[in-house]
Amino acid sequence: MTVALSEFAPLLPEIFILTMACAVLIIDLYLTDKNRHISYLLALATMAGAGIVTYIVMPTTPEIVLAGTFISDQMSAVLKMFVYLITAGVLVYSRQYLVERDLFKGEFYVLVLFAVLGMMVMISGHNMLSIYLGLELLSLCLYALVALQRDSSTAVEAAMKYFVLGALASGMLLYGMSMIYGASGSLDLMEIAEHIKGVQEKDLVLLLGVVFIIVGLAFKLGAVPFHMWVPDVYHGAPTAITLFISTAPKIAGFAIIIRLMADGMGDLQHYWQDFLIVIAVLSLIIGNIIAIAQTNLKRMLAYSTIAHMGFLLLGIIAGTAEGYSAAMFYTIAYAIMGLGAFGMIILLSRAGFEADRLEDFKGLNDRSPWYAFIMLIIMFSMAGVPPALGFWAKLAVLESVVNVGLTWLAIIAVVMSIVGAFYYIRLIKLMYFDKAEDTALIEGTLDLKAILSANGIAILALGIFPGALLAICTNVML
Amino acid sequence: MSAELILFYLFSTILVVAGFMVITIRNPVKAALFLVLAFIACAGVWILLEAEFLAITLVLVYVGAVMVLFLFVVMMLDINLAPLKEGFTRYLPLGAIIALVIVIEISIVVGPERFGLEQIPAPEPAAADFSNTKELGRLLYVQYVYPFELAAVILLVAIVAAIALTLRPKRHTKFIKIEDQLDVRRNDRVRMVNMPAEKKKSPRRQKQG
Repeated sequence: MTVALSEFAPLLPEIFILTMACAVLIIDLYLTDKNRHISYLLALATMAGAGIVTYIVMPTTPEIVLAGTFISDQMSAVLKMFVYLITAGVLVYSRQYLVERDLFKGEFYVLVLFAVLGMMVMISGHNMLSIYLGLELLSLCLYALVALQRDSSTAVEAAMKYFVLGALASGMLLYGMSMIYGASGSLDLMEIAEHIKGVQEKDLVLLLGVVFIIVGLAFKLGAVPFHMWVPDVYHGAPTAITLFISTAPKIAGFAIIIRLMADGMGDLQHYWQDFLIVIAVLSLIIGNIIAIAQTNLKRMLAYSTIAHMGFLLLGIIAGTAEGYSAAMFYTIAYAIMGLGAFGMIILLSRAGFEADRLEDFKGLNDRSPWYAFIMLIIMFSMAGVPPALGFWAKLAVLESVVNVGLTWLAIIAVVMSIVGAFYYIRLIKLMYFDKAEDTALIEGTLDLKAILSANGIAILALGIFPGALLAICTNVML
Repeated sequence: MSAELILFYLFSTILVVAGFMVITIRNPVKAALFLVLAFIACAGVWILLEAEFLAITLVLVYVGAVMVLFLFVVMMLDINLAPLKEGFTRYLPLGAIIALVIVIEISIVVGPERFGLEQIPAPEPAAADFSNTKELGRLLYVQYVYPFELAAVILLVAIVAAIALTLRPKRHTKFIKIEDQLDVRRNDRVRMVNMPAEKKKSPRRQKQG
């Protein structure tokens, strides 16, 4: 048995990113601080190049290569495209912020590129081993990125918490995987699915494995009751890195839930559905209610992320192709909205000042009507007010839950969305009806202002014309 | 009881006791040494499982290299253990209850009823010319080549991250610029001063000089 070279063809995007990450690592050594922006441009070019390569190798039917460890299908191609897009957005948003805080270093770009590689491995994982390794690759980069501002005690504390809890979650996930392996005798998701199909009576080993895997995944997603690290890490990390952590990895997280729960253990749905219902309901309630009490915008958005993860899980709970595509739509919509929200904090921040308190947004309309309007769109979208993108995302998820007969779950989600609307709209009130305390000019560089405007317009435009994105998400799940 | 079974119980007992000692003993050097013992006992169990290559690698790599390095680090660092033990007794009851529940749950699930010899028969012992190393190589470099490469990437990231987080270039280090040293001419360092010869040294002048 040998590996044919042609088996590596579907891996071209991964190979491209890995090569470019190593190239940036080497090239950056020879750059002076004055030329550091070459690393930045290279990282951006990598995202664009990876997009092209992924488009070229996009298959029409799923291809499983390398002894079943790698799958390339339409879902993986679409999700990877969005990871590139979101990461490119993060890079543009964060440039000025990093320069002002002495974090504009080659390591940042190298670690981001490796993190993107980790996400791609997760998205294309078809074997528990490769999914786990992708997750570890991503997590390791994120721990290091959070700690990159090493003279900031909050950042180091956040990194420490993230690392310890992340390691615990990995342990849980691995333990669950070992149980599934013990029961089915395989790491390959397709073989696991076949084994589960053949099991007639209740198998406790499978059940225990499912429980541990769900705990590990919930930890990584930041769903209640495994959410403790989310606010501390989002708050403690430099905003540019919070921006990254809170957006692109969620797409990869969604992908591994689909691969593990739907593809691998789809026939165990009656086992995991109840667990996920408890986790989703708790996330919706605790995320939305505790967010009201926050005075720091980064913490508030962290709790809102927890609530959004609850919504994402609703789509998975439905367990139908419709539910999965709704969850995918929700994840992508959330990543675009989160990018804008944290990007706004970056725009208002300047050297030595973090605009991460709610008061910093007071009277934003007087300072700049345009950016206040963009923030208004983002907040409306997160709250789920039409015609913003978030409305369609929530609608799609709720529809899929109602269609499988879990109407009470949809009612809880709607009630909690209304509770959540309070703190989003409070921010809008601060922007439009309060007097500005801070009257400094909004200084952001042109690229930052351009991408923020584009991001806001994209949320509005996708909200008015959601058909294309919805169609993509529906098609890849069929 | 066959000799194999006796050996298995012997090695497993040593392994469990040594593992327990690693986390309970106060002296970190002794804890590291117990970890070495645990590795060696584990290597014994692996040999019984016909995984000779892995057992030898465990002894060579972990016992021979990693743990020796680790011992050095433990000896170099002056760790004050008192703050680490703080709150240990406070959290002990809760931790013990949770651990107990998990142990009971797992032993119910992973018991001999599910994984006993009746359900999963022991594999046939390999033939004498069976190469464990070759089989392992085939798995690593053919079947699992993708995860294997990923593990290598993770190691690379670990190196990059460790350096990025700890290296502080130039700020606290003093070093010699060789090109500056070579550029030095006599006039930069030595100055000729003409002084009239002195005849008598007074103690006062010496003090000033």
